[in-house]
Amino acid sequence: MTKRLEEKFGGAFLIAAALFFVVIMPSLNAFTSPDSALHISGFTLNLFGKFLAYAILALGLDLVWGYTGILSLGHGVFFGLGAYCMGMYLSLAIGAEGVYKSALPDFLVWNQVKELPLFWKPFYSFPFTLLAVVTVPALFAAGFGYLTFRTRIRGVYFAIITQALALSVWLVFNRNEMNLGGTNGLTGFKKILGLELNSAATQRGLYIATAIVLCGAYLLCRWIVSSRAGRILLAIRDAENRVLYSGYTPSNYKLFVFTVSAALAGVAGALYAPQVGIITPGRIGVLPSIEMVIWVAVGGRGTLIGAIVGAITVNWARSYLTSSFPDYWLYFQGGMFILVVHFMPDGIVGLVRRLPEFAKKLMSKRNRSGPSPSGDPSAAGD
Amino acid sequence: MKQAGYMALRLTPKSGLARMMKALSVLLLVFCIMGIQGTVDARAAQTPSEIQAEIAKLNTKSRKKRTEAAVSLAKRGDPMLLSLLLALREGSLYAWKPAGGEARVVIGGDAVKRGDKEFLPLFEAYSNAPLLDALGKPLLVPIDQVKEIRAGRRIRRAIRPYVNRLKNSAQLLSPDPNIRRAASTRMARLGDPNLISVLRKFLAAEPHWLTRIAFEEAIALIEMKSVDAKVRLAAVRELGEINGLNAIGDLKTAAGLVAGNKGDTDPAVRAEAKAAVDEIEYYLGWTSFIDTIFRGASLGSIFLLMALGLAIVFGLMGVINMAHGELMMIGAYATFVVQGLFISYLPENLFGFYFILALPAAFTAAGLVGYLMEISVIRHLYGRPLETLLTTWGISLVLQQVVRQVFGAQNVDVKAPSWLSGGYHLIIGVQFPYNRLFIIVLAAVCVAGTYLFLFRTRAGMRIRAVTQNREMSTCLGVSSRRVDAWTFASGAGLAGLAGAALSQVGNVGPDLGQNYIVDSFMVVVTGGVGKLMGAIVAGLGLGGMNKLLEPAMGAVFAKVVILIMVILFLQRRPEGLFATRARGA
Amino acid sequence: MANTILFMEDVSVTFDGFKALNKLNFSVDYGELRCVIGPNGAGKTTLLDVVTGKIRPDSGSVIFKETTHLDRMQQEEIANAGIGRKFQTPTIYENLTVRDNLELSAKQDKTVKAMLFGGITGPVSAKVNETLGIIGLEAKQSWRAGLLAHGEKQWLEIGMVVVQDPDLLLVDEPVAGMTESETQNTADLLKRIAEERSVLVIEHDMNFVHEIAKRVTVLHEGAVICEGSIDYVHADEQVIELYLGRG
Repeated sequence: MTKRLEEKFGGAFLIAAALFFVVIMPSLNAFTSPDSALHISGFTLNLFGKFLAYAILALGLDLVWGYTGILSLGHGVFFGLGAYCMGMYLSLAIGAEGVYKSALPDFLVWNQVKELPLFWKPFYSFPFTLLAVVTVPALFAAGFGYLTFRTRIRGVYFAIITQALALSVWLVFNRNEMNLGGTNGLTGFKKILGLELNSAATQRGLYIATAIVLCGAYLLCRWIVSSRAGRILLAIRDAENRVLYSGYTPSNYKLFVFTVSAALAGVAGALYAPQVGIITPGRIGVLPSIEMVIWVAVGGRGTLIGAIVGAITVNWARSYLTSSFPDYWLYFQGGMFILVVHFMPDGIVGLVRRLPEFAKKLMSKRNRSGPSPSGDPSAAGD
Repeated sequence: MKQAGYMALRLTPKSGLARMMKALSVLLLVFCIMGIQGTVDARAAQTPSEIQAEIAKLNTKSRKKRTEAAVSLAKRGDPMLLSLLLALREGSLYAWKPAGGEARVVIGGDAVKRGDKEFLPLFEAYSNAPLLDALGKPLLVPIDQVKEIRAGRRIRRAIRPYVNRLKNSAQLLSPDPNIRRAASTRMARLGDPNLISVLRKFLAAEPHWLTRIAFEEAIALIEMKSVDAKVRLAAVRELGEINGLNAIGDLKTAAGLVAGNKGDTDPAVRAEAKAAVDEIEYYLGWTSFIDTIFRGASLGSIFLLMALGLAIVFGLMGVINMAHGELMMIGAYATFVVQGLFISYLPENLFGFYFILALPAAFTAAGLVGYLMEISVIRHLYGRPLETLLTTWGISLVLQQVVRQVFGAQNVDVKAPSWLSGGYHLIIGVQFPYNRLFIIVLAAVCVAGTYLFLFRTRAGMRIRAVTQNREMSTCLGVSSRRVDAWTFASGAGLAGLAGAALSQVGNVGPDLGQNYIVDSFMVVVTGGVGKLMGAIVAGLGLGGMNKLLEPAMGAVFAKVVILIMVILFLQRRPEGLFATRARGA
Repeated sequence: MANTILFMEDVSVTFDGFKALNKLNFSVDYGELRCVIGPNGAGKTTLLDVVTGKIRPDSGSVIFKETTHLDRMQQEEIANAGIGRKFQTPTIYENLTVRDNLELSAKQDKTVKAMLFGGITGPVSAKVNETLGIIGLEAKQSWRAGLLAHGEKQWLEIGMVVVQDPDLLLVDEPVAGMTESETQNTADLLKRIAEERSVLVIEHDMNFVHEIAKRVTVLHEGAVICEGSIDYVHADEQVIELYLGRG
């Protein structure tokens, strides 16, 4: 029943949602007058740009956690790697217009670094940067994943190790010796591809780019999970031993999905940095990394739509609550962790899916037998 | 039968706890006794005759002679003379002629009124000891029977530098050996040969072995500046023998090891200085080694204390308790609250005992929160470790925010009781702070207590039974729910104890828990889930490794290197150090 | 030796000082259906763990089809070499359909690349259909596997192992928790499977062993104490002692 509903309207809904985010929202920003009731302010658009970037990361995280059952508490690291790559490009793109009028980024001048460190140099190139935001996190994840998956570090062990990774990377990025801005991170961006970064049009363009990348990421993930490899991912989640004894090498699959997920996180970070205008170690530590997991949990793990819905909902709630009730955000967030795990294991998407069922139950109280469990023989996933 | 099982279960955890607490308080008592330091005996206050004579010279009409006498006294650097010189400066030094005796110089105290007459209590000029009358009561003399010894501006100016130095020397009289040592070190830096005799005198009376060495070191350091090469040679040799750590700079200079300085003029002294430098540096190698070991053991004990509760909760129950750090925070705040109660409601001299009471309070507070967590939330999540991870993380956020709203976002001030401040000097240059020692002992006691509790009590047996085979235990009449709650609560209580201990060595604030949680999980993972022994070895190992690497690469990179090492280690032993090879699918 | 599909010599495994396998010598012939019995802790499951590469033996050698040294291979390599294992508790992909369960298990290129880009080939599909018939789950092939009854899950897992087309099939206590008719069906199923390959069954249920086995091996304290026909084993004094004497 529910599946049929989804099958009927799911595709149309997705296309409508994509159109809304890619076309309608920026149009309402660009072509309506600020007094109009339909107008979307640059601020709101920028906020949603951030949310959509987060949604890209959530998709990747869902691939790893929701589908493959690997809980990563270190995705902030990959997000950060992407964001710092982009941040380096943006820092160099301002040329000598910094406070110190030097060709070096301000904080390097401040730290009395005389020459641009070698690893910064390629980031003068935008194409290289685009390549790096994907490959740097992906390679890092591949190396880390190789070491961990190969020895069958899994479940909570993996979660704890990734958390330690997030802590370590956070610690390292906080150091000035890394020449990445230390605690203050990279900021003060002015230009991207020669355009004024802070102009409304550039920001709108970035928003549109983010929305389009999100659509692409969704399609990529959808393709992966609906392939036979995607079914292996589910199989690994449910019975890894069986997969192993069926002659698969689960660690290769995990490595693959972890790397894809890290690349998506990197792309998300790269889209985040120019829209928010700053990237600091604070965005990549233990706390933000575990927050990302809750986006997926709230939206509904194991469904791609859920990841997107969760990332947008939680972050919207966050920006609303932290400004209106700053003292209560942590309660809310903590409560979310507790309640979602307990009462909404399938998240918002699961709740919506069960709505027709609830309705049916409410309407036909006479029928005490209830729906038979064999009513939904479909596979999980989208 | 079943009923009896319930009863036993209800009673035994309490008695187990009681036993642990008893052991703990005995330990604390031992510490208290250790903390009380030997007080310095009152030094004999016999006035040396030559000083006596010089003091007498102050009582003269000639300002010039008076100045000479004052300066000469001041130059002696004898701290016993400080009160006299201060009195001279403030105009409370008097000449007093007792009936039928010679006039003598005395220090006058604050005047007292008896009827319409004013009286002065008098004090010995040299030792500042009160003068007594025949009945042994403080002597009071009518103010008109004494004559002030006037110190004009010139005298005051002449003695001023010496008085300042004397103030330093006066610290040699302090009952605290640390202050005495510091004073001797400062005197050595002054390098005034006059001070040698003073130091010698105090050396003879010094009861504390380390302070004696400090005095010897100071004397030798001053003697190194002597014009007599023989004296210098002896001093240098002495410094080498006593491992004078403060002398290493001077010795290097004397040995000609410092660029731009040829060293001592006498070749024998140079050679001896070189030998002394070698000896001291060799010694320094040892002390820093011992120091590193100690600091490693101390950090390891902190890790161990934290990991112990985790090992129980994670290892035995399979619950990833991310709120473990916040339970530690609760323990630390419980300590803070107990401290506050002592300050508000109990006399000051009982303050030192607050920490003894804070330990059970921290255990109880954290245990209670843990108990509530278990019965309300965790209970429903057994067998789903990743879910417990997220849920307990949520709980940790809530706990943090509660504490932030109740106690404020700032760190709170937890004072160390006096018996935990200071440290135990093992050898020269190696001091074990009492608070760190305490943590090591506390960790040892907690480990032993946990072991005894789990393996020697019926309640512990029940915990092990339930964690190994839930269904079977339930069938045999063990209430697994109750055991779960108690186990979780005791794990949480251990976290509370860890928090109380942490309050003595680190900051107490709402994010105390966050700082340690990753470390403690690394300990559990490295040690192997479910193995107390693993937690012990891994805790000490990671702590020691941290401190071993820190000097070379800094705290941050040490941590990173340790993470890499743990990952590489898990390559070889994915189940941790002490995990059993399990059989079956 | 030439007729031996699995050959184990002097295999020892120690857990924390406990000898799970003690210089075990054991072999299975081509086309044989062998039952291994023994009291708890005799080392039966450890035997399977060693053969499938889950546990590395401390000493000794495990040779498959004369030349393949299993004690040096990874688990998935062993699986691909032709050894299938059915676990004691049903281990299936609960969130996939019955058909998916079988399709994923079938013999095929199992690299990430192939699974990502490739579809299902005709032979695989045919093999899956055939196996569905063998385990009697054709009607439920589009069910989510988690919804199957316990016995059906066991059969599905046996099917998943069979569809792998292994030369040697290891089965760990297949009838534990089954009803009598399910047990009977399972016995028939195993006998049918054993027509084409070697099967090694570990079982407690003596009736079931009686039903299927031609040769029985008795393990005790990590070593073989008796081997032969079921009647021969039944008559062995040591075995009687072991199973009855301690009661």
